[in-house]
Amino acid sequence: MVLKMLSEAPGVAGHEQAVRAIIRAEIEGLVDVIESDTIGNMIAIKNPDAPGPKIMFAAHMDEVGMIITGFERSGFLRFRKAGGIDDRVLLSKTVRVGKEQLPGVIGSKPIHLQEPRERQHPVRMRDMYIDIGAKNKEDAQKRVKLGDVVVFDTQYSEFGDGFVKGKAMDDRVGCAVLISLLKEQTSLPIYACFTVQEEIGLRGSAIAAHRVHPDMGVALEGTVSNELAEVEPEFHVTNLGAGPALTVMDAATIPNRKMLKELIRLAEHSELPYQFRRTTGGGTDAGRMSLAHTGVPTVGVSVPCRYIHAPVSVACQDDFKNTVKLLSLFLKSIEGGFRP
Amino acid sequence: MKDLVKKLVESYGPAGDEGPVRQMIEEEIKELADEVRVDALGNLIARKKGNGKGKKVMLAAHMDEIGIIVTSIDDKGFLRFAPVGGWSPPTLLGKRVIFANGTSGVIHTEHLDDIKELKVTKLFIDIGASDKATASENVGIGDMAVFYGPLFDMGERWVAKAMDDRIGCVVLIETLRQLGACDHDVYFVFTVQEEVGLRGARTAAYGVDPEIGIACDVTRVGDTPKSHIMEVSLGGGAAIKVKDSSLICHPALRKHLVEIAKENKIPYQLEVLERGGTDAAAMQLSRAGIIAGVISVPCRYIHSPSEMVDAGDVKACVDLLVQSLKGSMVLQ
Repeated sequence: MVLKMLSEAPGVAGHEQAVRAIIRAEIEGLVDVIESDTIGNMIAIKNPDAPGPKIMFAAHMDEVGMIITGFERSGFLRFRKAGGIDDRVLLSKTVRVGKEQLPGVIGSKPIHLQEPRERQHPVRMRDMYIDIGAKNKEDAQKRVKLGDVVVFDTQYSEFGDGFVKGKAMDDRVGCAVLISLLKEQTSLPIYACFTVQEEIGLRGSAIAAHRVHPDMGVALEGTVSNELAEVEPEFHVTNLGAGPALTVMDAATIPNRKMLKELIRLAEHSELPYQFRRTTGGGTDAGRMSLAHTGVPTVGVSVPCRYIHAPVSVACQDDFKNTVKLLSLFLKSIEGGFRP
Repeated sequence: MKDLVKKLVESYGPAGDEGPVRQMIEEEIKELADEVRVDALGNLIARKKGNGKGKKVMLAAHMDEIGIIVTSIDDKGFLRFAPVGGWSPPTLLGKRVIFANGTSGVIHTEHLDDIKELKVTKLFIDIGASDKATASENVGIGDMAVFYGPLFDMGERWVAKAMDDRIGCVVLIETLRQLGACDHDVYFVFTVQEEVGLRGARTAAYGVDPEIGIACDVTRVGDTPKSHIMEVSLGGGAAIKVKDSSLICHPALRKHLVEIAKENKIPYQLEVLERGGTDAAAMQLSRAGIIAGVISVPCRYIHSPSEMVDAGDVKACVDLLVQSLKGSMVLQ
């Protein structure tokens, strides 16, 4: 199961090698050319010589994580966040550190030793450390280097009625959608871009889009869902099981209206469930694609995920399948003459 | 010119949905320009060809205005929404808005014990629908609306929504009308999505690849009761920008504009805007860098339904642009 492999692989921004290797193994044979660029994007091309329009898909390989910034005399590791993580989800988590994937624990002070007032406030990241079981600073430095990156240590699994849980669903679920899409037959020139460094500023996609210079762009994401008990339904931004979420606007992009309308038309015509991403916060690779060169008509399509940017997120398998179906219909529509 | 101002400010064009304004401007300029095209993001690009001896100059004014976008519709037919562009929640309370299809609505708030709790999540739009189904016939998630209201003609001063930056569009159109033959190859670009991050100007500048870029936008003033300190006043003439938080204007271009204003006795004032950005910033960083500057129309009450400009300032901005383009544009 490719999503399991992708979810469990480490891939903090700037360190996407393991994810890239898994994807490459999956798509060799499905595409005509695989290119890499200087920043580390992997660009898989189908039908490079076919007449346009050239379609670029972007799914980012990187995930939010941490980076080692110092050593305590005791052998504990200091760290900072790489990407947006709520400090409160870090405490007492198991993690994996560096290339060797050394096990570690983000320690917390036992409740017995806390002052009552300490319990009133969440512990801040800068007061946390990672324990890798080192005897002292020198021992820790033998195993870990400054700048090594850290991921959450989470096993992927299927659970409940058609749900999956694991880390890094944002955006390994998008990578998995894109891999599935490459299995579809198409005569169009498809540029499947597995991008880097999205979580720290949409960096890889800007470079990939400049290189590819597409006629249309589609960003594939694992997006937010706030189906939490205390949130009233009219403030839910996406719902699991309600189908692919179409972006109407976010902090980095306003999608091309014609492409958005076509996606809606296709979903309704084929009775595929779909929903809108009902918030304008957050930014994705769509933002950078849309601004490449003289501008690229772009849309964002996402699989809703609960609890993203945390050690474990939850997605629905039907949403995944319906996202692939919708995009496959979209490609057929473009083959049939749709233009933005 | 007043008729054109009225027509443009009263039209609909939030960021990302500028179609109606674009059509209107295209009608105005198609006979005046040598070429007119629309790029992938929706920028309207009109070229007035030079004679080969001058420079390639890009002028930019943004067509888009601030607005709101619908994020959900509840069972009783009330709409929840998010901002498109920057505004503060108190500005919206009790205001009327209008959608592209003509559906009108009123913004109001949940009951609050303290007005300080007023946040966008507390606000909703009432479009007069009795339930979700009726509301959904007229408005869908992702639809945008803008402030509603006609132009107030106060004689020398005009008040309307979307002066930011339809008044800049008017300045560009009038400049194109008055310019006549000139050495320079001039691109009049009516940009999109300025209010959400200077986006249209970025792709337009990449496509035009000019040597000099001048944006025309509104700027804040410091002349209202107990205002913040700012040395720009309504009626004080065209504001030649020194800097804002998005760019430092090229000093040679700024000096050039000041000299042209002095030579032609055009009223002008220098502008240092502490907060805010313009399309010139996107032009400046395009490709290998472009000499960029801004001519601003002073404007009171920016990002409200009642933005006020002075007709004399607008004329000064047009004169300054026309005289600059008639000259050599050799920057020292």
